[in-house]
Amino acid sequence: MFDILQYTFIQNALLAGSCVAVVAAVAGYFMIVRGLTFAGHALPNIGFAGAAGAVLLGIDPVIGLFVFTIVAAIGIGFLGERINGRDTVVGIIMTIALGLGILFLSLYAGFAERVYSILFGQIVGISHADVLVTIISSTVTLAILLVLFRPLLFSSFDPEVAEARGIPVRLLAILFLVLIAITVSLAVQVVGALLVFTLLVGPAATAVRIVQRPLWAIVIAIVLGVCYTCLGIFLAAISVNWPVSFFIATISFGVYLPVRLLSQLWIGRRARQKVTLTQNGVFSSGQADEQEQSTSVETMGRIQGKSL
Amino acid sequence: MKDPVIDLEHVRVQYGRQIILEDISMTVGEGEFIVMLGPNGAGKSTLLKLLLGLVRPSAGVVRVLGSPPRRGNNAIGYAPQHRVLEADLALRARDVVGFGLDGNRWGPGLPSRKRDAIIDKALLEVDAADFAGVPVGQLSGGEQQRLLIAQALLTNPRLLLLDEPLANLDINHEQEIVELVAQVCRARNVAVMLVTHDINPLLTVADRVLYMAGGRGAIGSPDEVITSATLSQLYGTPVEVVHALGRVFVVGAET
Repeated sequence: MFDILQYTFIQNALLAGSCVAVVAAVAGYFMIVRGLTFAGHALPNIGFAGAAGAVLLGIDPVIGLFVFTIVAAIGIGFLGERINGRDTVVGIIMTIALGLGILFLSLYAGFAERVYSILFGQIVGISHADVLVTIISSTVTLAILLVLFRPLLFSSFDPEVAEARGIPVRLLAILFLVLIAITVSLAVQVVGALLVFTLLVGPAATAVRIVQRPLWAIVIAIVLGVCYTCLGIFLAAISVNWPVSFFIATISFGVYLPVRLLSQLWIGRRARQKVTLTQNGVFSSGQADEQEQSTSVETMGRIQGKSL
Repeated sequence: MKDPVIDLEHVRVQYGRQIILEDISMTVGEGEFIVMLGPNGAGKSTLLKLLLGLVRPSAGVVRVLGSPPRRGNNAIGYAPQHRVLEADLALRARDVVGFGLDGNRWGPGLPSRKRDAIIDKALLEVDAADFAGVPVGQLSGGEQQRLLIAQALLTNPRLLLLDEPLANLDINHEQEIVELVAQVCRARNVAVMLVTHDINPLLTVADRVLYMAGGRGAIGSPDEVITSATLSQLYGTPVEVVHALGRVFVVGAET
């Protein structure tokens, strides 16, 4: 059963898949912290349109993938400054891109096999040169994310204070979206546009429910992402014709679901218990105060009502 | 003689034709506790942004500790009005406080004992050590406010700007935060400028009140500023100040 690991194409797939899983996990963590997960669904779809356009023009679909996702990321960065309206902007940019993608596909006469592989992933067919490109782009993206780490986290949590402290908040937001676009373009080649979300957000969403310390959450997200990817590729290889992305998505969901359901048992519990232990007396008297307070507030309301 | 913490001379801020602040002059000394009051849109937050160097004056002179305002000034601690995000699950209380120490530096930052000790001390100062490891999304409004104050204090500022720290707090927690800020102000001799909608919880601790309305301001002791005459002039319409139950009410101003 483990014989398949000797094949070069499986080794290539495992290597490229692991690199992508590491970057995707780190980028996914920041996407969750910044409330940008919807962009993780929209950008791959936009990338699909780019790939379809490239096929129509007769160039490498991967180039179309990168160009469309990066341009869309910059557009989202400029238009979606305010957090409230951002998902709307992301959705509108996604739909125009998808519309274009459908047009490109219908204009293309033949069966667009490479577009199909962009939609559903092609990791097991990855070439040696592709592996090299994936490793280099993953390393560069990861390095930039590490350099931006603290200012990115700070400006996600509190953009106003971060700006007052001299962090170029807007530039950072656009730069981060471009990094997501690159990560998405890499990940599309592993799991396909339809399922990038599972590699990007799945491991990080699970990790933040297990630990809250940022560095540990990222480490756990990386471990989960690499495990899902390698296991997915391995299972797909031994099952002969079941797709890799199906296995990765299923494993990701299979781990997230129990963690999500059970995390109420431990999130904040340990720390909370410490509070009640050290402040037992204070805690009960505090509750009594609150009751008194609520009656006095009522009286206040009545008095104010009369005076008006 | 020492430079005043804040020195404003005939400051005007305008965006296009819209005037946000008009002819604001005031001086704030070391360790002074200033409470800024006024209706929405009076220019309170703009004044804070002016001091932070995020907004430029169209006319007049602004000086903070003797120099023009600039971004990234460690002599100013700032806590804006905070809204709770679902994503706050991913950060612990101590991570939020840690931003005040090195959140603006590049790189992921290595864990160190010295860093932990500084953050522990800051958490103790605002009485937040008990929930240092709790995700911020699970903390109450008052607890979150403590963290933001601790974060703002980490650079040892000479000026602390707090935008609506009492918003969304019940009366108990309101009083706790007021006492905390007053204590920090006295113990560190840091000048405080606190924005609020209600002067009452702060009457005993405020040195002076800055009342803003329609882009103009009046500054002085609470008794001087919060009077029917001063506020009527500031709003440009009749306003009644009512003292009842040991509290002050401004009537007719918001309509």
